[in-house]
Amino acid sequence: MKSVASEKAGAPAIRREAEPPPHITIRGLSKQFNGAVVYDKFDLDIPRGKFVSVFGPNGCGKSTLINMIAGLIPVDAGEILFAGKTLSQIKFGYVFQNYREALFPWLRAIDNIEYPLRHMNLPKAERRARVERLVAHLGVKIDLQRYPYEMSGGQQQLISIMRALVVEPEVLFLDEPFSALDYEMTLFMREQLQRIFQETGTTMVLVSHDLEEAVYLADRVLLLSRRPARIADYAWYEAPRPRTDATLSDPAFVQLKAHCLEIFQREVRKG
Amino acid sequence: MKRESFLPLVGVAGLILAWYIAVWVRIVDPVLLPSPQATFAAMIKGMGGRLGFDFFKTVERTFYATAIAAVVAIPLGVFLGASEKLYRSVEFVIDFFRSTPASAMFPLFLVLFGVGNWTKILVAAFGAALVILFNVAYGVMNARKTRLLAAKVMGASPLRVLTDVMLLESLPQTFVGLRNGVSLALVIVVVAEMFIGSTDGLGHRVFEAQQLFDMPDMYAAIFAAGALGYGLNLLFLLIEKRFVHWSGK
Repeated sequence: MKSVASEKAGAPAIRREAEPPPHITIRGLSKQFNGAVVYDKFDLDIPRGKFVSVFGPNGCGKSTLINMIAGLIPVDAGEILFAGKTLSQIKFGYVFQNYREALFPWLRAIDNIEYPLRHMNLPKAERRARVERLVAHLGVKIDLQRYPYEMSGGQQQLISIMRALVVEPEVLFLDEPFSALDYEMTLFMREQLQRIFQETGTTMVLVSHDLEEAVYLADRVLLLSRRPARIADYAWYEAPRPRTDATLSDPAFVQLKAHCLEIFQREVRKG
Repeated sequence: MKRESFLPLVGVAGLILAWYIAVWVRIVDPVLLPSPQATFAAMIKGMGGRLGFDFFKTVERTFYATAIAAVVAIPLGVFLGASEKLYRSVEFVIDFFRSTPASAMFPLFLVLFGVGNWTKILVAAFGAALVILFNVAYGVMNARKTRLLAAKVMGASPLRVLTDVMLLESLPQTFVGLRNGVSLALVIVVVAEMFIGSTDGLGHRVFEAQQLFDMPDMYAAIFAAGALGYGLNLLFLLIEKRFVHWSGK
């Protein structure tokens, strides 16, 4: 099946039949920064096992949204549940934009990946085994005995992603993970991420400032309005995986991207 | 070895050459400026005897002063730096005493601790401690916020964030503090050895040689003090390179 669906009338839409049960439910989320209302009674469902890209105008609160879901910044009001459970009851991973500042330079790559397991009371041997399993599973061919500062940007970000995955998270949050990389590396990392998504089936929420990347990777693209952020559109993109360079010129892809761009520009002009 | 690694020797050769010429053309009274040979002879002879002993005493005092300063200032710096509000509330006091010349504290320390060996060590420790404290606190306060968040998001408790991230984050800055601290401790120890009823140490040696008008001995002691200062700085740099391999990367 290859179709583009949207919840808004007028969009190039084929309404989707049975939606999978939501994994993350957000209800009545409100947040202010120094008096500026970023979110006001915001509701959102994120489907299980799907890849959701978040896209919107600068400063609309894309990162704020996933930071609140991941508990990095407190909410003013509202409820965020993961299939009925709270954040502290689930395992999740978070990948920062700035890998240089997010990795621990005093630890070798392999110890960086292992670090979150130290907080799970696992014996050393079990931790090593888990890291090795992940490395084998992803087929990563980097020398993990090196320190992060001895690696390229892409390799460092790959280490960050593996560090987030090693706990076998229910949800993986990615905050503009590739925006500090050059184009060649970005393309390579997109493929890596897509492969990881396909192999793990982890629910992923990606904040991106690159519309092509957002649509290319997504099962669903969340378009946010200017603040206070509302859902401007929440479009499905169901092209089969693995998606390739050919996907970029696929009519459905081009159509959805144009549609998203139109909504984006409409939102930008409102400001 | 690359040719560049010999470049520092050019300055040394230049200085010795200028010194030879100054002695040869008698720009300065030969009594005030002995020849390089006479000075190095005094140094070699001295290091095997009296000067060597004084050198050792100064090293010993500087070592104790720095060790005491580090033991007091590092934990305190971490404690103060962990809360920016707390540090801001004592920042003025720290900066004030950090800016006060430690030599101005000699009389006070003499009254408090008498004229013994430990008075010199404690004044030096006092000066070094403030420098170390200030650097450690800033190192902790300037820990990358992303790194702290990353640890928190991976399930680290506040205590583990402190031990796993903040302490290591502050290490490069701590070493800056230690290097500055040991240099300051050496300065204070040498001055204290000159003026607080001392019978040994490099400061005493320089002062005594000057009183006896033994210029080669005096220059020898000055060079010994210089070598010590340079050596201590180098030692801390090497330790830093070994243990804080990520510094500046």
